[in-house]
Amino acid sequence: MQATSMYFKARAREKLRDERLQQALARLQTNFVDARARAIAELPDFEGFREAAAQIRERALADLDLYLEEFEKNATARGAEVHWAATHQEAARIVCEIARRHGVRKAVKSKSMVSEECDLNAALEAAGVEVVETDLGEYILQLAHEPPSHIVAPVVHKNKDEIATLFEHQHRRPRQSEIEALCREAREVLRPHFLTADMGISGANFLCAETGSTLIVTNEGNGRMVTTLPRVHVAITGIEKVVPTLEDLATLLRLLPRSATGQSITNYVTLSTGVKGEGDLDGPEHFHIVLVDAGRTALLGTALQPMLRCIRCGACMNHCPVYQSVGGHAYGWVYPGPMGSVLTPAYVGLENALDLPHAATLCNQCGVVCPVKIPLPELMRKLREKQMERGLRPWPERAALRAWAWLAQRPRAYAWATRLGARLLKRMAGEEGLLHRLPFGGGWTDGRDFPAPAGKTFRELYRSRGGS
Amino acid sequence: MCYDHTTFFCPFCFPSAVRVGLFVTCLVDLLRPRIGFAALKLLEAAGCQVIVPATQTCCGQPGYNSGERPGAQGLALKLVEEFADCDYVVVPSGSCAGMIRAHYPELLQEFPARREAVERLCAKTYELADFLVRVAKLEAVPGRFAGTVTYHDACAGLRELGVKRQPRELLAKVPGLSLVELPGAEQCCGFGGTFAVKFGEISTRIVDRKCQAIEATGADAVVLGDLGCMLNIEGRLRRRGDRRTRVLHVAEVLAGVDGEL
Ligand code: SF4
Repeated sequence: MQATSMYFKARAREKLRDERLQQALARLQTNFVDARARAIAELPDFEGFREAAAQIRERALADLDLYLEEFEKNATARGAEVHWAATHQEAARIVCEIARRHGVRKAVKSKSMVSEECDLNAALEAAGVEVVETDLGEYILQLAHEPPSHIVAPVVHKNKDEIATLFEHQHRRPRQSEIEALCREAREVLRPHFLTADMGISGANFLCAETGSTLIVTNEGNGRMVTTLPRVHVAITGIEKVVPTLEDLATLLRLLPRSATGQSITNYVTLSTGVKGEGDLDGPEHFHIVLVDAGRTALLGTALQPMLRCIRCGACMNHCPVYQSVGGHAYGWVYPGPMGSVLTPAYVGLENALDLPHAATLCNQCGVVCPVKIPLPELMRKLREKQMERGLRPWPERAALRAWAWLAQRPRAYAWATRLGARLLKRMAGEEGLLHRLPFGGGWTDGRDFPAPAGKTFRELYRSRGGS
Repeated sequence: MCYDHTTFFCPFCFPSAVRVGLFVTCLVDLLRPRIGFAALKLLEAAGCQVIVPATQTCCGQPGYNSGERPGAQGLALKLVEEFADCDYVVVPSGSCAGMIRAHYPELLQEFPARREAVERLCAKTYELADFLVRVAKLEAVPGRFAGTVTYHDACAGLRELGVKRQPRELLAKVPGLSLVELPGAEQCCGFGGTFAVKFGEISTRIVDRKCQAIEATGADAVVLGDLGCMLNIEGRLRRRGDRRTRVLHVAEVLAGVDGEL
């Protein structure tokens, strides 16, 4: 997916004015936030699980190479073929090559964020393969030619009416207005695709080193059809998704759905281990696992390593006041919200996502809800430091911050300047005590007044009252 | 030590008063000095000997949060020096106290020679309401307030320092005051320091939700412990045309100095 994160500000402005989106975001907030709160209250010792999950992920990352080798060995022993892709382009190329080798004409997909990163659909279509998204949300977006706006609820920005209109035009059937009828219609359209596809493409929420399995959690059941019906199954995922044991998976599964949708478990948890065995009734004849690096190993051993723990639950964005205001499309790449504010600059380049690490109030709601304890605000601060070091921020901002630090390290000059400032601002505010416009603070005063200073600084008054 | 006074405060247990350094913060110094005086009054009411180091300025938070690390380090080192000989450091701001306690160790890790001094500072630095309740165990407050207030939990105090029940306990001691809980009290007001200027429109949207919630409580005042967030909320309330709801620092209410200056 082409990153358009440079336009965050302009996109955000557009999204703030989109009434329908605003309503959808309000709904998302109440649904997911409340559901998560209830679901974690149900779990005795949630904090204990959270700590355990963070440790499991950290342990896997500390010996990532070893666990990946173990995964490859065990997956291969069960008839799967493991491929390694260093870049997004290479990953897409590998999948196209697999399709060519097996003479694939049609592929059905169940959502994988990594395939979004790799622009896989476009690559497959260019190679002559028809691609059908089968998660309801992703299917709708495919019809509408839009990217997802949320990693768990990709189509949250659309309402029922928009979807009804889209279906009416694309399916050329009578308009349905009820959600159930729309779902039924999608199911009727998708069913034949499952039966005629030669290849099923899935992602993986986790990889289990001990057994060489890939795991996906879904609510719609299409994931199981994608992984079992077609004769070829391709799982495409990031290398960081590996965990050591099935036991570890059990711990993470207690947290993932609870943090994402507030469910204690999803409708389907599918472990895919190897190819169809002798006498098995279903399962793929060929199982390919594409492990994508694309910037991940570059984060190992750096301050950003904790980001690789991410289990893509989306809790951080559900709770983020900025995401709640502008939605996912404003972020301009695959991952929105706080996780995206760290991942996007890390994967597509700091200079291509200048605003994202700054698009946070650092309220730390994201850090508090993250089930694997990723200190998201700290990571954003790290990225801000890197931008500053590389001189990527606009010079007036850099100059203002340096000037402030310079001044505040010289108490006498500082006292004099603040005295002057307090008087000046008070004078400007007049009787009312409010500034309607601030020099250099248009961003503030476009939507807010600025309460005027008292006119004298604390240090002045303190001294005049006989303090030192 | 006597039964109830497990800290070094009981004047009966420890005759010489404790030296508390007051870090006024740059925003209070420049914009609302009476918050500083309110804090002073409260600390004195708690029996402390208050020291206000004359060279203090800013804790370095704007630079730190914007990625201007060297400047922030300079200011942090300066603050470590200034408050070295106080028994406690008290700050009428959750985010500045949080800056010191939660972030100085990371910010100053390149200065191993100062490590001990930094650790000492972190251990003795408190947000005002937290200090008054947990350390000074303040019994009675000087202020009084006729009316209803609601309380907003500003993010840093809440999530970096665990300040939640402390201000509420103190407000409950103010004669005449009744507290109504604010729905969504823990949600960010959209200030975020430079965020409010860089992303003014998003920030305004976020604070709008806060203002709606405040207005819906019908309270006479919204009380909080961070001047930055106060400016944001007050600025938006006024722009929305609300001239009635007052925006007060918890120290102003507790000390009863909300009218002066
Ligand atoms: S960063 Fe944490 S909260 Fe956000 S998606 Fe990843 S695991 Fe979930």
